[in-house]
Amino acid sequence: MALLKTVNLGQKYGERYVLKDVNLEVDRGDVFALIGPTGAGKTTLIRLLDLLETPASGRIYIDGVDVTCSGGYRLAIRRRMALVQQKPVVFDMSVYENVACGLRWRHEKSEAIRQKVEAALELVAMADYKSRNARTLSGGETQRVAIARALVTQPEVLFLDEPTANLDPVSVSKIEEVLAHIIGQQKTTIVMATHDMSQGQRLAGRIGVLIDGEILQLDSPSEIFTSPKSREVAQFVGVDNILAGVVVAKDNGLVTTEVSGYRLQSISDFGLGEEVYVLIRPEDITLTLSKDIGSARNTFLGRITKMTPLGPLVRIEVDCGFPLLALITKRSAQELGLTVGGEVYANFKTTAIRTIKRWR
Amino acid sequence: MTELWEGLTRAIQLIISFDPEVMEIAGRSLAISATSCSLAALISLPLGGLIHFSHFPGKRLLISIIQTLFSVPTVLIGLLVFVLFSRAGPIGGLNLMFTPAVMVIGQVILIIPLMLGLILSALRGVDKGVAETAISLGASRLQAGILTLREARYAVLTAVIMGFGRAVSEVGLALMVGGNIKGFTRTLTTAISLETSKGDIELALALGITLLFIALIVNVALNRFQQR
Repeated sequence: MALLKTVNLGQKYGERYVLKDVNLEVDRGDVFALIGPTGAGKTTLIRLLDLLETPASGRIYIDGVDVTCSGGYRLAIRRRMALVQQKPVVFDMSVYENVACGLRWRHEKSEAIRQKVEAALELVAMADYKSRNARTLSGGETQRVAIARALVTQPEVLFLDEPTANLDPVSVSKIEEVLAHIIGQQKTTIVMATHDMSQGQRLAGRIGVLIDGEILQLDSPSEIFTSPKSREVAQFVGVDNILAGVVVAKDNGLVTTEVSGYRLQSISDFGLGEEVYVLIRPEDITLTLSKDIGSARNTFLGRITKMTPLGPLVRIEVDCGFPLLALITKRSAQELGLTVGGEVYANFKTTAIRTIKRWR
Repeated sequence: MTELWEGLTRAIQLIISFDPEVMEIAGRSLAISATSCSLAALISLPLGGLIHFSHFPGKRLLISIIQTLFSVPTVLIGLLVFVLFSRAGPIGGLNLMFTPAVMVIGQVILIIPLMLGLILSALRGVDKGVAETAISLGASRLQAGILTLREARYAVLTAVIMGFGRAVSEVGLALMVGGNIKGFTRTLTTAISLETSKGDIELALALGITLLFIALIVNVALNRFQQR
């Protein structure tokens, strides 16, 4: 039986639906990530699951028990869960007291509280800060205290709402380290919301993609990233090249798809005449000045229409008769002397292409 | 001017020499006001929490009424208490008229709106996330409420100080329902009023300075507690 289950769960604020028909199942011990853009409804869904809000429609089951509106049980059920919010509010007291709060509310004995709080602070590497007022901590430190404060109660389900949003890269990696440790060492079921799709991929065993209040895909991270089932999911997970085509030839698993009159080769099971989308991640495309590129079966000459620097990378749009978007390092772009208007060969392997059935 | 100067000198002498009469009146003032302040706080703290965390129609109106009562004249409360507790009044049978007890009751009624209003605004000043975070960490509504009050502790303490200040400094109510009976219900303010009318300016001034001195000590003590 799933530890957490929702059936057609929906929420609206005023007349506006922010969640529609969410059907989820999370098993005990699972690490489940909700990914989606900002404003997709991730926080609302987490708040509903943590029983901080009452849904407008649908049901929530915990261990098979309907807890959607059960007033009397809510406190007892809530005490089996803990939430780390995106912007955690720490109380105006010491770090130690902040972490001890949840245990005091559960009327635990003071010696047990001391041991558990010290272990939790040790886990998040904040033991040296225990006497500091929690309001004087930095963002990353505050987040670690919030994680310790939630973990100390040994929750069956730990909800993490954007645990690393608005933090600097060093703090992000420290927190991810802590989370990875928790996932590795403890049997806590974790439901985390993140707009950072790669974080979801790194930490979660299963991912739900929430866009505009709807779960558009529920799959393993590898499936989500390689086989998005809709344009919205594909775009969100960074598959920028989504090309509509028709299968025109098939030979031993090697399929030829015609896209805007050009032929692309990939490996798939689709039959002749089937309408498909060809998905290519921009980082799987290499750019060269000559046609000699080794193993890539797909090579197209095109003209660079736009170059956008992205930190150490450059996003290059190439018109090959059909639009392609490639992501290469700034250094490669300089070495190749790429400029807008210049000609370039775009190359990608058959294995870099994912062919999927055309949706909607 | 000479009168004022002489008054001040005598006042200081009376205080330094721990004049029994001044000390007795000051002690009674302090006891009555501290009792009413404590009782008002005991009522206002949970009531403030209840009003703050509850959602009900007319909540804003209720808060406006509470704030309006900040400026209710002390004699009006005196009149109300007088009507209630006088022999012919509905609870006249309790025989509390002209006793310290009825003065405490009057002062409690007088300062509850002020304390309650200030506690409500103190609670409004606390980040809403505090109570919600507490609830998400397994606090009951009561536990979350206590935590919120704790977060607002400095502003709540200010509310208590203000309440004490209003109680210790009021005269109309104490005079009307206490009766200014020597050795029984005479407080600093009623004594100042009486001594001034009798022309004993020195004693009135001594009592006035004592009153300020008590207020100073109470404030210093509470401020020290705040800074801890």
